[in-house]
Amino acid sequence: MMLQIIDLAFILEKLILIVVVISASLVIAMYTTFAERKVAAILQDRRGPNRAGPFGMLQPLADGLKLFFKEEIIPDFSSKFLFILGPALAMMTAMMTSAVIPWGDVIEIAGRKVSLQIADIDVGILYVFGVVSLGVYGIMIGSWASNNKFSLLGGLRAASQIISYELAMGISMISLLLITGNLSLKQMVLQQQHGFYNVVYQPLGFLIFLICAFAECNRTPFDLPEAENELIGGYHTEYSSMKLGFFLFSEYINMFVSSVIMSTLFFGGYDIPFINEAAMFSTNVLAIVGVVALMIKVAIFIFIFMWVRWTIPRFRYDQLMHLGWRILIPLALFNMLATGALSLWMK
Amino acid sequence: MNITTLLFILLSVMAVGSAVMMITSKSPVHSVLWLIVVFFAISGHYILLNAQFLAIVNIIVYAGAIMVLFLFVVMLMNLNAETEPVKNYRLQLVGVLSGGALLLIIITALNKMDVEMPIELKTGDTGLIKVLGLNLFKNYVLPFEISSVLFLSAMIGAVVIGKKD
Repeated sequence: MMLQIIDLAFILEKLILIVVVISASLVIAMYTTFAERKVAAILQDRRGPNRAGPFGMLQPLADGLKLFFKEEIIPDFSSKFLFILGPALAMMTAMMTSAVIPWGDVIEIAGRKVSLQIADIDVGILYVFGVVSLGVYGIMIGSWASNNKFSLLGGLRAASQIISYELAMGISMISLLLITGNLSLKQMVLQQQHGFYNVVYQPLGFLIFLICAFAECNRTPFDLPEAENELIGGYHTEYSSMKLGFFLFSEYINMFVSSVIMSTLFFGGYDIPFINEAAMFSTNVLAIVGVVALMIKVAIFIFIFMWVRWTIPRFRYDQLMHLGWRILIPLALFNMLATGALSLWMK
Repeated sequence: MNITTLLFILLSVMAVGSAVMMITSKSPVHSVLWLIVVFFAISGHYILLNAQFLAIVNIIVYAGAIMVLFLFVVMLMNLNAETEPVKNYRLQLVGVLSGGALLLIIITALNKMDVEMPIELKTGDTGLIKVLGLNLFKNYVLPFEISSVLFLSAMIGAVVIGKKD
C-alpha cells in the first residue's frame, strides 16, 4: 500500500494546534463557569465563590472533581448506548466548531510560517452552521434515551427551538455574506482589517445573530429545554456525575465558541481596532497580540451572555416561538432585502 | 491503493452498512440515527469529489434539519418496537412491488450511465463554491429563483399556519 507522501511537519503543527485549541477551550470554559458565578454574585450584590484558593480561583477545579467523584447512575430503563452517546455528542459538536476559527495570524518558527487556524476551508461559515445544526442531537438522543417524560419534553423543546432560530440566523447570515462575498472566516477577518468592521454595515443582522446565538446555546432567556420549574432538570433530569457535567460543560463551550464566531464575523476577529498593528510589531508578536485582542472581544461577549442571563427572566414557550417566527424571521428577511438593494445601489 | 481509494471503500462500506442497519433495526429511533450516519458517509463521498459546498449543505439540510424533524416526530409519537402495528400481508406486498420498481429504475439508469466519462477525484473544481455559484446564477438562474420563491413561500406558510386565531 502506498500512501501519499505527507508533510510530517505539517501534520505535527496541526496536531499541536488542535491539542492547544481544544485544551484552551476546555480551560476557558472551566473558568467561564467560575466567571458566571462571580458575575451572578456581583449582579445580586453577593460575594460569590471565594473559599477555594486565592479569590476562589480554584473553584472550577473543585467543581470538576466533585462531578467526577459523584456516583454514576445509568437508569436500567434507559437504552444504555444512546444514554452515553448523548452527552458525548453534545461535547463533541461543541468542540468541532473551533476547527475553522482563525485564532490569530501566522507565527514563524524556524523560518516556517504556521497559521493559527486549524483548517482554512472554502466553506468555513457553512461548516459552522453544519456543526451548530448537529448540536441538537446530543440533547435529543440523551433526552430520549433517558426514558423519562420530563427529559423527552426538554429534548423536544430544544429541537424545535434550535430549528426555529436557525432559520433567522441563516437569513441574517446571508445579508452578511452579501457584503463580504466570501465564506472563508480568514478572508472575512482580512477584509475587516482594512476598513470598518462588519457590524457597521450590518447592525440589524448582528442583533438578530446575537439573539439567535442565545437561543442556540440554550441560554436564558431561551433556556426552556431545562426550565426547572416546569421540567425538573429538563433533558438532563436522569443524568448524574460527569455525564451531567458534559451537558453543562458543553453549554459553556458553546457559549465561548459562539462568542468567538460573533467576534470574528462582526468585530474583526483578531484585528486590533483603530491602529495599524502590522506596522508596529514583528510577525510573532503580532500573532500573539492578535490572539489577545480576540480573547478580549470574546470576554466582552461572554460577559454580555451572563449579564443577560442574570437580568432577564425566561420566556414562555409560545412567546419564544412568536419571537422566532413572527419577529426575527421577517426582520431578517427585511434586512436581507435592504442589504441587497443597498449594495446594488452603491455599485 | 492510495488514500483516496481507501477512503472511498471505507465510506462506501459505512454508507451501505448503515443503510442496511437502518432498514433492519426494530426501533424507529435507531433507524433515524442510522440514516443520519448514511448522510454523513454520502457527505464524505462529496468531499472526495471535491464538492465541499454540496457536502456541507447535505449535512446542514438533511442531517441537521430534516432528520431532526424526523427524530422529533418519532420521539413525540413515542414509536417503539413494542407499539409498532403488525403490518398486514397486502401492505407488505405493495411495499415489495414499489421497492422492486424503484430498484428496476435505478439499475436501468446505472446501465445507461456513460461510464466512459472520467470521475474527477479531488482535482475537479465543479463542486467549488465559486464555480457552482456562477453556474447557478448565470446558466440556471430561472429554476434557481423559482425554487427559492417556493422555499420562501413554504417558510411564510409555516408562519401563517402557526398564527393563532
